[in-house]
Amino acid sequence: MDPLADHDGVMDVVVEDETISSVGTVTAAGSKADVLDCDGLILAPGLVDLHAHLREPGFEHKETIETGTRAAAAGGYTAVCAMPNTDPVTDNVAVVMEVRNLAEKAGLCDVLAAGAITRGLAGESLTDIAEMAEAGVRLFTDDGRCVESSRVMRLALEYAKAFDVVICQHAQDPGLSEGWQMHEGYYSALLGLTGMPSEAESIVVGRDLALARLTGGRLHVTHVSAAQSVDLIRQGKVRGLRLTADVTPHHLALLDEDLVTYDTSLRVNPPLRSADDRKSLRAALAERVVDAVATDHAPHAAEDKEQEFDQAPPGTIGLETALAVVLTELVGPGRLSLIEAIDRLSVRPAAILGLDEHGGPLTPGRPANLVVFDPTAQWTVGDRPFFSMARNSAFTGHTVGGRVLHTMLRGTFTVREGEPTR
Amino acid sequence: MIKHLLSINQLSREDVLKVLDTAESFREVGTRVIKKVPALRGRTVVNLFYENSTRTRISFEIAAKRLSADVINFSTSGSSVAKGESLKDTALTLQAMGADAIVIRHSSSGAPHTLSRWVAASVLNAGDGTHEHPTQALLDLFTIREHFPSFEGQRIAIVGDVRHSRVARSLTFAMTKMGAQVTLVGPPTLIPPEAPAWGAEVSHDLDEVLPKLNVCYMLRVQRERQRQQFFPSVREYSRLWGLSRARVEALSDDALIMHPGPMNRGVEIASDVADLPRSVITDQVTNGIAVRMSLLYLMLGGDAKRGTYGEEGVDDSRRESGAVLEEAGETEGASRG
Repeated sequence: MDPLADHDGVMDVVVEDETISSVGTVTAAGSKADVLDCDGLILAPGLVDLHAHLREPGFEHKETIETGTRAAAAGGYTAVCAMPNTDPVTDNVAVVMEVRNLAEKAGLCDVLAAGAITRGLAGESLTDIAEMAEAGVRLFTDDGRCVESSRVMRLALEYAKAFDVVICQHAQDPGLSEGWQMHEGYYSALLGLTGMPSEAESIVVGRDLALARLTGGRLHVTHVSAAQSVDLIRQGKVRGLRLTADVTPHHLALLDEDLVTYDTSLRVNPPLRSADDRKSLRAALAERVVDAVATDHAPHAAEDKEQEFDQAPPGTIGLETALAVVLTELVGPGRLSLIEAIDRLSVRPAAILGLDEHGGPLTPGRPANLVVFDPTAQWTVGDRPFFSMARNSAFTGHTVGGRVLHTMLRGTFTVREGEPTR
Repeated sequence: MIKHLLSINQLSREDVLKVLDTAESFREVGTRVIKKVPALRGRTVVNLFYENSTRTRISFEIAAKRLSADVINFSTSGSSVAKGESLKDTALTLQAMGADAIVIRHSSSGAPHTLSRWVAASVLNAGDGTHEHPTQALLDLFTIREHFPSFEGQRIAIVGDVRHSRVARSLTFAMTKMGAQVTLVGPPTLIPPEAPAWGAEVSHDLDEVLPKLNVCYMLRVQRERQRQQFFPSVREYSRLWGLSRARVEALSDDALIMHPGPMNRGVEIASDVADLPRSVITDQVTNGIAVRMSLLYLMLGGDAKRGTYGEEGVDDSRRESGAVLEEAGETEGASRG
């Protein structure tokens, strides 16, 4: 299945060295050919994640680039955009190069380092956006933190226009999120947990859209969680703003009411919201008001998550379960077609990041960045150990359908028969 | 009876009545010279109090001791917790020591839920963050029942900082479960907009509500909330939602005044009001012991099916409230402790 080349059928794909050499029907394979029977399986462009925390440098007890990219490959990903809230922060070219080198050494998945918008994520002064862009950075974000100052956000959007990059906002108004633990609503009141209303997100989204209109800059809203935000993004697109957005698998699947057990794996930022919010997100993804699915893979050490609810840091891992969750929650029930799912998981994210080598099309001469998966294979999350160093999955114990069998990065298998090759 | 008491919502109407009826029997024990029955002899009850609380902890301690259980008090200052031991490690330690029941008070909502996943012992919530305080609600029901035999159709106002009150939640759930009409009163910033979904009415006008009440329940208002600007000043709060002497005149003659303690005299309740005979605040304290004895007994005592984590608790189908004391080992003689 290949949204860009508009393929949807049974074909043979031949890969030589790093590229696809032919797509069609092969009558006879050469004697040295490595032939994989993919009968009943789906072959698609390798998935691309716009938003993952690989934690290196600085937080190697939670995840490293090696373990994170192994998890990514296991989940069918051939490219991942690594968030800059590392230690040191990825706010200069030296850290960008370090991240790139570590990823190349691991050789499991392409890693595009995201750059911080502000130095040290302090929200005050801009980083050397041009220099980082020259070094290949395509997405800038202070994720983890919100760029609060309208002045700084305006300047970032305006300055970045000269370079082919996108400014990505983690929308969270600080005044409405003090001491927050979950979505503000019926369940936060019932459970005695401080709530953060949808407005904490939508107020910032609204402001940023206004700034995007003012500056003509390119804005990406990451991990959209609220119906209010979706409505604003829809309007923004109608008005022709240069605007894209992504949503996580857990926001497409889970709800605030799932927190009645105080399970810290479900403590995420932005929080899981109401049924109406989830419905809006699902529709938005189908309509392409929200363009892409991004995991916000957020690994934490076990002892950090095994605490009282208000002490546990927010986040869930997601690289290994994203495809299965999208297939189970959206494609299975008919909310999204399979080819649309591949579009949102691979083609759109690659386009937003300007990653020419990923997202297809799967035509001769193109780099062989592929995933082969079984859309029907049922498995229970947590049954097998994760390839990520971390265990904090919001989906532990859930039975999902869709299993990656092979992942190929530029002609080399990174995952074969479900096992990473390195 | 349930294995863990984490939220009052776990108890059915019948369960609540059983707890109250059993507490009636145990109340009598407190009037004797030798205040002891052997029901929980040899069982270990741990009081795990992460928040300072003299009143509740002592109440649970006395309750357990009157049932002849061994009681361990684990407070956090000067302990391994002060050195940074996690809740999980503390739980595993208590488990290794063979605790049968852990009574936990903690500043984090949901801590008892989390604890119950790590231990085989029965977990009793003695107050978790702003979530619930089930035993407080039960002792309040017990106290109300001493004056008004049926809960059906009773009118109770819970006044004050409902938003941050675990007592308000448990009591609202408990009273509506028993058929009473609950009205939550306070400034809009301190009453969650979702409260009507709990089956309660909301009013911001205390004077309007007072004349129709059977019970006027005042919540403690922390000064911290004024610093956080949930209301502009203590003066304004007290003037609009404090129970003054003048407001007491508006209550009907048999209406009760209640407060979970500790009181901020002069803020939510005038000092002389707290000491009126119709204020049953000290009765609430006394009744707390009987109610907690009842819960510990029903959850741990007699034919307890012990063993693997996750099994149902006591098989108490044989118990009738009148036979409780006899089954509790009373036949061995009250003079033997």
